Amino acid sequence: MGAPDTPQQILDPRKRYQAGVLKYAQMGYWNADYEPKDTDVLAVFRITPQEGVDPIEAAAAVAGESSTATWTVVWTDRLTACDKYRAKAYRIEPVPGQDGQYFCWVAYDLDLFEEGSIANLTASIIGNVFSFKPLKAARLEDMRLPVAYVKTFRGPPTGIVVERERLEKFGRPLLGATMKPKLGLSGKNYGRVVYEALRGGLDFTKDDENINSQPFMHWRDRFLYCMEGVNQAAAQTGESKGHYLNITAGTMEEMYKRAEFARDLGSCIVMVDLIIGWTAIQSISNWCRDNDMILHMHRAGHGTYTRQKNHGVSFRVIAKWLRLAGVDHLHAGTAVGKLEGDPMTVQGFYNVCRDMVTRQDLPRGLFFDQDWASIKRVMPVASGGIHAGQMHQLLDLFGDEVVLQFGGGTIGHPLGIQAGATANRVALEAMVLARNEGRDILNEGPQILADAARWCQPLRAALDTWGDITFNYTSTDTSDFVPTASIA
Amino acid sequence: MRITQGCFSFLPDLSDAQITAQVHYCLRQGWAVAIEYTDDPHPRNTYWNMSGLPMFDLQDPAGVISELNACRRANPGTYIRINAFDPTQGWETVRMSFIVQRPDSEPGFRLVRQETRGRSLHYTMESYAVARHPEGTRYRA
Repeated sequence: MGAPDTPQQILDPRKRYQAGVLKYAQMGYWNADYEPKDTDVLAVFRITPQEGVDPIEAAAAVAGESSTATWTVVWTDRLTACDKYRAKAYRIEPVPGQDGQYFCWVAYDLDLFEEGSIANLTASIIGNVFSFKPLKAARLEDMRLPVAYVKTFRGPPTGIVVERERLEKFGRPLLGATMKPKLGLSGKNYGRVVYEALRGGLDFTKDDENINSQPFMHWRDRFLYCMEGVNQAAAQTGESKGHYLNITAGTMEEMYKRAEFARDLGSCIVMVDLIIGWTAIQSISNWCRDNDMILHMHRAGHGTYTRQKNHGVSFRVIAKWLRLAGVDHLHAGTAVGKLEGDPMTVQGFYNVCRDMVTRQDLPRGLFFDQDWASIKRVMPVASGGIHAGQMHQLLDLFGDEVVLQFGGGTIGHPLGIQAGATANRVALEAMVLARNEGRDILNEGPQILADAARWCQPLRAALDTWGDITFNYTSTDTSDFVPTASIA
Repeated sequence: MRITQGCFSFLPDLSDAQITAQVHYCLRQGWAVAIEYTDDPHPRNTYWNMSGLPMFDLQDPAGVISELNACRRANPGTYIRINAFDPTQGWETVRMSFIVQRPDSEPGFRLVRQETRGRSLHYTMESYAVARHPEGTRYRA
């Protein structure tokens, strides 16, 4: 690959360390013969070099700027084991069907990273390189995190297995709903929506990402009324229920205060937003581990850097970092709902959350085998513009280990919130029953729903209201290895 | 009220043919099926009475139905559920659980609110049936 006159690494130390500027490839950041070690951290970047920049030199620059290099030769390299610390770009391929874009593979020695710190990992891997002038754009597509490094993280505090054992809920996706309107309700009115949705059949209700402690509802009022709704619904159904209390706040001290109040009120789950940052996520994850608390992660803000394919960080990488950092629930897309998501790409995110070993799967955007070293599984959450009429598609795409969240699809039901919740629960149970009986739910799904709607009036009303609603737009973040598809 | 534990409580009660189909699904997944019963269905009561051991070597779903019928005869008026255990590394837990018998009348739970500091409440759920009668006689009129 690259121009035939791509500069080679200069091996003579006197020439290599003469003061002045060298190409990154000459400095040793490109090595086509490098064989990655099992303990190396590996990354695939999608790079778009500026006109006239050799792609191999661009790849070497990525390796250099994300590890030890600066723009000029420094003699102080010679005080270090610099050959070891230099990241090595070792492979480059043109992106199928995208002129001017290249995938480049970079290997990093394990000693470049502090154990158990996503902040440190990201400071290296995405620290400088995305602003680098010789690149028009760069995107971190995927990473392979070696077992030796994975084992320095504690991972999800609860995980899918323990969450289900605590809730005593097995054999079907869990059901949730985000409270609407997301801003403006008083605590008492807000708790009413929580109660109605749980009483009607949902397992969880949820605060939205931007509900914290605003003038219309202070956080303590929200927590008190939500827990009244949760407990009232649990008593009336004989079933465990929960509400994700959003403890996101301006400081860690305030977040701990809210988390402790949630615990003291008996909540089984709290939530935070992705925008609190990696260090805060790891801290609150430790708190959850010490307090038997499930940790729900709302990926607020991710679309600013995950959606466009030519620049940013793929969500599959964010999901990997979050599994290491330690969250129990993670919004990972719906494929069929209102928000961005190509079905196979979204399935790739789900695999990252749920696998014990994630296998390379290029059509799903997975470039590497990833051994998760027995850290717990993350429960993915499908949320945003989904409704009961899509139940067969959702179950077929995502299986049982998922929380399906129908916010508008519960609260906007023409017969009321309880009816909306019941419609979703009946649709779900009917579909699981049919799938287990061996029926082809993808094709028979609409009939299975129609049959259940004959005895379940809330489901009939839901199908009459939303049965034809689809969000059939072509996705932006799509697979590079299969034709772009969308699901209606 | 109707206790909505288990993965099919929002559907009409399953027939034996429907139960057999679900057991068949469990066996196809390589899960071991077990039968449990209780007259204390509090959602935090995780240990129901085991009606024998999980049927690890069972091949034919019909075997489960005969065990289930024996459990029904021995424990009328109780809740009975079928659990399926997955021994696969990384799961090693129940993968499916559904109720296959329930009492004719389910009195449900009382929510006890204990006022504490500030506006906080401590919540406790108490089964009316458990509060009224000792174990073994709770749902027999």
